[in-house]
Amino acid sequence: MSREAAFNAALAILLLAVPLAAYALDEPFYVALATRIAILALAAAGLNLALGLGGLVSFGHAAFFGVGGYVAGILAVHAFNAEPLFGLLPASDQMPVVWLVAALLCAAVALPIGAISLRTSGVYFIMITLAFAQMIYYFAISWPAYGGEDGLSITVRNAFPGLSTANPAGFFVVCYVLLMAVLALIWRIANSRFGLALQAARQNEKRVAAVGIRPFRVRLAAFVISAVITGVAGALYADLNRFVSPSMMSWHMSGELIVLVILGGTGRLFGPVAGAILYVLLEFALGGVTERWQLFLGFILLGVVLFARGGIVGLVAGKVRHG
Amino acid sequence: MQTALLIEQLLNGVQFGVMLFLMAAGLTLIFGVMGLINLAHGSFFMVGAFACAAVAAATGSFWLGLAASLAAAAALGAIVEMTVIRRLYARDHLDQVLATFALILILSEGTRWLFGSFPLYLNIPPELGGAVELPGGVFYPVYRLAIIIAGLGVGVGLYFLIARTRLGMRIRAGESDREMIGALGVDIGTLYTVVFALGAALAGFAGAMVGALQSVQVGMGEPVLILAFVVIVIGGIGSIKGAFVGALLVGVTDTMGRVLLPPMLAAVIGPAQAAGIGAALASMSIYVVMALILAFRPQGLFSAQA
Repeated sequence: MSREAAFNAALAILLLAVPLAAYALDEPFYVALATRIAILALAAAGLNLALGLGGLVSFGHAAFFGVGGYVAGILAVHAFNAEPLFGLLPASDQMPVVWLVAALLCAAVALPIGAISLRTSGVYFIMITLAFAQMIYYFAISWPAYGGEDGLSITVRNAFPGLSTANPAGFFVVCYVLLMAVLALIWRIANSRFGLALQAARQNEKRVAAVGIRPFRVRLAAFVISAVITGVAGALYADLNRFVSPSMMSWHMSGELIVLVILGGTGRLFGPVAGAILYVLLEFALGGVTERWQLFLGFILLGVVLFARGGIVGLVAGKVRHG
Repeated sequence: MQTALLIEQLLNGVQFGVMLFLMAAGLTLIFGVMGLINLAHGSFFMVGAFACAAVAAATGSFWLGLAASLAAAAALGAIVEMTVIRRLYARDHLDQVLATFALILILSEGTRWLFGSFPLYLNIPPELGGAVELPGGVFYPVYRLAIIIAGLGVGVGLYFLIARTRLGMRIRAGESDREMIGALGVDIGTLYTVVFALGAALAGFAGAMVGALQSVQVGMGEPVLILAFVVIVIGGIGSIKGAFVGALLVGVTDTMGRVLLPPMLAAVIGPAQAAGIGAALASMSIYVVMALILAFRPQGLFSAQA
């Protein structure tokens, strides 16, 4: 077992064992904290697929996070009030249905955004994804039907068949299992022909084109899958907070997702998990000491970028070896 | 709709565009010369507004405040460049995004620490109060007109600085071949600091002038920053001319969209829904313009590289 695999396994066990122990000791706050970690890790894992493997620095992933959140919120509200969607379709408050709708809607949004943005590269790509996310953000703010700027409250958390999601441990387990399933999927993707083509396109676009693979299509597919994962995480996040607002789509959120990926280690399978653990714990620890915690977070981030490249996983397991 | 209202809104759009130009010019200059994507540019806008409001409140003079905003933003720009930014030139854009994102957190929270969470207010200088009658019977605030003139003046000045002076020659040379001008004996480090401070000062100047029209608060730079990004993407990164055209396009589209879209929609779908949908579409309009331009010209209208 390599050092990275051992570290990954330790993270996976820790993230499961600590909240369950906290639940047994009747400390629901820590369970909620761990749920937040798992959901943010899931969102960042989605971004990591585009950013880490594909080298596509999307500064607009908060849009997908927010779209997923609004799907969860809108479906929950409609199901609670027993109002059909668009006057036709019955709404469902079952999480698998919510996730499916969030995934489909995010794919439908990400496809045109990706198709236009991927015509460009480098700094243009960063700014265009940012601009598209802002477009959706302003749309959410000025669309009055679902709360506009004030956001939308979810009275009852969406349900999962056979489990009580109102119970913090039940909801945590749902999030944790989904996170692990998605990480397994990303691992499969990274080692598939598609994943290899994606990583190769990051390293040398011309050579990939020379062997007969169009980088554009591979990247577009990766961008859409990445958006779908982040969108499902957004649906969970809305359920966690029982609230969704345009701030989930703000560019601060996009920045935070990038921070999670880089803090953990860009392109590493468990990088987003390590990043989310560190970020949420830092926020919690600094927030307990001073209300100026963002100031210190800023200095820590700056230090990580300038002096500790490779993130946490890079620090523990060393550089990626290209075999 | 009356012509007078349209002219007034058009001028508002131009005023907004001119202010965006001041932001975008600095951003595009910094990107063109140093290849750096600077998210913290909005923070200089905010710092300029705060410096102006604080000094104007202490001395009672808007003009001293304006001078202070230029000095504060330029000084902060130089300090940030020498301590942090300079280490980022050789890094990829991802590191630059992250580091300047961290700078935003630091500068916003630091400003909140110094000035508190409540917004400051900055009055329009009495010399520029009131309204003036334009040809056609339109009354327009003198102060907004002054912003347009000042912005155009800065634009012309910037053009002369870059096209006609020795510093401008070095900046252009730095854009095309950084190693060669280093070999010719130009101190690249100092040149970069000067360009960065110049960009920061332009942003601070914009912040101070706009501060008199809105409240001065932490986070005021961020919406402007993102619009400035849209501007330089439309105009072509690195091109001052592109920034100017893009800024006016974005300013006018945004303002006119807000005025024209709701009544136009009202004719089709009824006034009650049109107000909400019109506002939503208006705030999306500039991004639609950007997407259209990029779909046909992925490098922007006036690409510096082309």
